[in-house]
Amino acid sequence: MLSRTAENLYWLARYVERAEYLARTIDATLRVTALPAAYIGKTNEWDSALLTAGVSASFYEAYQEANEQNVVEYLAFSPSNPSSIKNCIEAARLNSRSVRTALTSEMWDTINSAWIELQEVWGKGTSSREELARFLRFVQETSLRFDGSAYRTMLRNDAYWFSRLGLHLERADNTARILDVKYHVLLPEEEHVGGPLDYYQWTSILRSVSALTAYHWVYRETLKPWLIADLLILNDTLPRSLASCYSNLVRNLDQIGVAYGRQGASQRHARGVRNRLEHSHMDDIFQHGVHEFIQEFIADNARLGEIITKQYLI
Amino acid sequence: MAVAFDEMNGPGGDLRPAYQELSRWLKETPPDALEYRRQEAELLFRRIGITFAVYGDAEAQERLIPFDVIPRIMSAKEWTLLEKGLKQRVRALNMFLRDIYHGRDILRANIIPDDLIFQNPVFRPEMNGQDVPHDVYVHIAGIDIVRVDADNFIVLEDNARTPSGVSYMLENREIMMRLFPDLFARHRVAPVEKYPDELLSALRSVAPLSASAEPVVALMTPGVYNSAYYEHSFLADKLGIELVEGRDLIVKNDEVFMRTTEGLKRVDVIYRRVDDDFLDPLTFRPDSALGVPGLMSAYAAGNVTLANAVGTGIADDKAVYSYMPDIVKFYLGEEPILKNVPTWRCREPKDLAYVLDNLGDLVVKEVHGSGGYGMLIGPAATKATIEAFRDKLKREPEGFIAQPTLALSTCPTCTASGLAPRHVDLRPFVLTGRDHVTIVPGGLTRVALKEGSLVVNSSQGGGTKDTWILDE
Repeated sequence: MLSRTAENLYWLARYVERAEYLARTIDATLRVTALPAAYIGKTNEWDSALLTAGVSASFYEAYQEANEQNVVEYLAFSPSNPSSIKNCIEAARLNSRSVRTALTSEMWDTINSAWIELQEVWGKGTSSREELARFLRFVQETSLRFDGSAYRTMLRNDAYWFSRLGLHLERADNTARILDVKYHVLLPEEEHVGGPLDYYQWTSILRSVSALTAYHWVYRETLKPWLIADLLILNDTLPRSLASCYSNLVRNLDQIGVAYGRQGASQRHARGVRNRLEHSHMDDIFQHGVHEFIQEFIADNARLGEIITKQYLI
Repeated sequence: MAVAFDEMNGPGGDLRPAYQELSRWLKETPPDALEYRRQEAELLFRRIGITFAVYGDAEAQERLIPFDVIPRIMSAKEWTLLEKGLKQRVRALNMFLRDIYHGRDILRANIIPDDLIFQNPVFRPEMNGQDVPHDVYVHIAGIDIVRVDADNFIVLEDNARTPSGVSYMLENREIMMRLFPDLFARHRVAPVEKYPDELLSALRSVAPLSASAEPVVALMTPGVYNSAYYEHSFLADKLGIELVEGRDLIVKNDEVFMRTTEGLKRVDVIYRRVDDDFLDPLTFRPDSALGVPGLMSAYAAGNVTLANAVGTGIADDKAVYSYMPDIVKFYLGEEPILKNVPTWRCREPKDLAYVLDNLGDLVVKEVHGSGGYGMLIGPAATKATIEAFRDKLKREPEGFIAQPTLALSTCPTCTASGLAPRHVDLRPFVLTGRDHVTIVPGGLTRVALKEGSLVVNSSQGGGTKDTWILDE
């Protein structure tokens, strides 16, 4: 297939995944900030939402204060934030238009309808919590529909695999970022571990990667920081865990390698990252430092993106 | 202006045979049911994303072309005549182009004045003496046809560069079949769905000799911001070929390759929807970012087929158009089956004088214009517009031709106040491959939705209809 087509499919999937992640982040933050002050502590949750989205610096160029109104505006609707939800959907539609021939009509319909709804219903943003909740649901449903229609209607060929690469790479990045911003609340040596503050912080992390229910099914325990980290980093059964993202990345890259009759740097690099995750234990990670571990992972993941681009997309 | 010929209710208001069944169906169908299906059609078009962009209209970057659900119907007999005429005309166009860029017999026979060709900005000296694979220049032609009575088809324009609209012909049919299965059950409508297959085999048949046994065909688009982008992606999809932009292609040793995830892959035939000027910055406009450096040298080396060929603009120039009856006679020795609109060439002083005296009754067109832009429709224009055109004509007479205002035929059309006659034209798509010319039955019917309007262009408030050729 054309390199440009592969590139568009890859980015299309990334944009949709990113939009969903931003919607989940806003949603989880809204829940925490709705709690009485005693449960939240002094941390500014909206600030940390900006950090997990990786747009803190650009936000403060435009705004003075990280409060609900400003941050929701910036993350969801701002035209000047290149990765606002609105811009992600716009970019996804533009990418879809350039690769219409590689999309199934169901996928196109999902993106195009979302884009139309974005203009017609959400053009002016939201004016109440209730409207915002509906908007966030709309974004998450769009992502689910897109993902589902890709899964159910695409031919299992390179077009599908490149689209999946974008999805898993973006997903891994998002999960890693939220861990990185919140790692301090997971650290067991903190004094007030187990207090109400941590509890709600932990649920908020799990919520933003849609893993709250999964946690209880997997561990059948009350929330424990190291188990949360274990779930999000090492547990292959959780679709948004780093381990699961890398199983998928390795598989999709292998499928491409087999179809093209050639392996390359991206296959080797992905396998390296996957192996490291497979052979890690939570104890070691905590000892080594969660922050350092995650930082390394984020860099490795970004490196994979560059290698894939060089090997296939240009 | 004479009373227009209505294709359903002929002269004297007699229902014409091809419309009998439709007329009966219309009487049985309540108006709100029709309105409901019209809305459904619009929703379908928007969801599928069939849009076009209007240049200079920032508000409506993507717009729907209004679709009228009442089909336009022609009998098999009418179509047979039209088809014969179209094939004849396109054969002559191809022979004319081959001649203009080689021996120039037609100039030596003094049938067309030299300067009309050599002074013409769409004439491409780069093509002088260059052979194109299998001598086909116009692989895809869109010939605009109008009717003024029951017997005659008249050619309004030949589009020999990159004619568009065929995706609407195909999608209109899809949507009509979805919305009006009952109406189809009552007619035998000749299918149009073979068009993509026929286009692909025509394109493959003209692959250069150096191509492999399975020639690779690609469709080249200027990109997503082009007004016809939807059509480009639609066709690439239906043909199962790659939709490439200039930046996807690279020329090495006079061969054209596309950049793929598996490395470079040779391309043999390019169905290009990019104008000559933007094809190759080394040969044409150096500022063009849409093209492929070196493409013209690969073309000259005979390693790639461009469809349509470079330089076909000379065949759809409106001044050259006025010579088409002579061109048909000269190359084929036959009487032209399709008529021309009588045309005054403003470059000739006698014609110019007549045109200036009768501006109020004539249609004046730019010779290189398209899309209905830069046109004067005398009877509908204000005094000031007419005077402005008079100045333009005096300043640059060779840039214009004039024609009488035709009473284009009308077809019943949905309007705010119920069904009413509206003026229509027809663009059939004529495909020329290595050894044969094919046309799917029908084409794109465009309809001027405003009462009395004669301008059918989508950029100026025109709509489209499904075109039915009845199989007998």
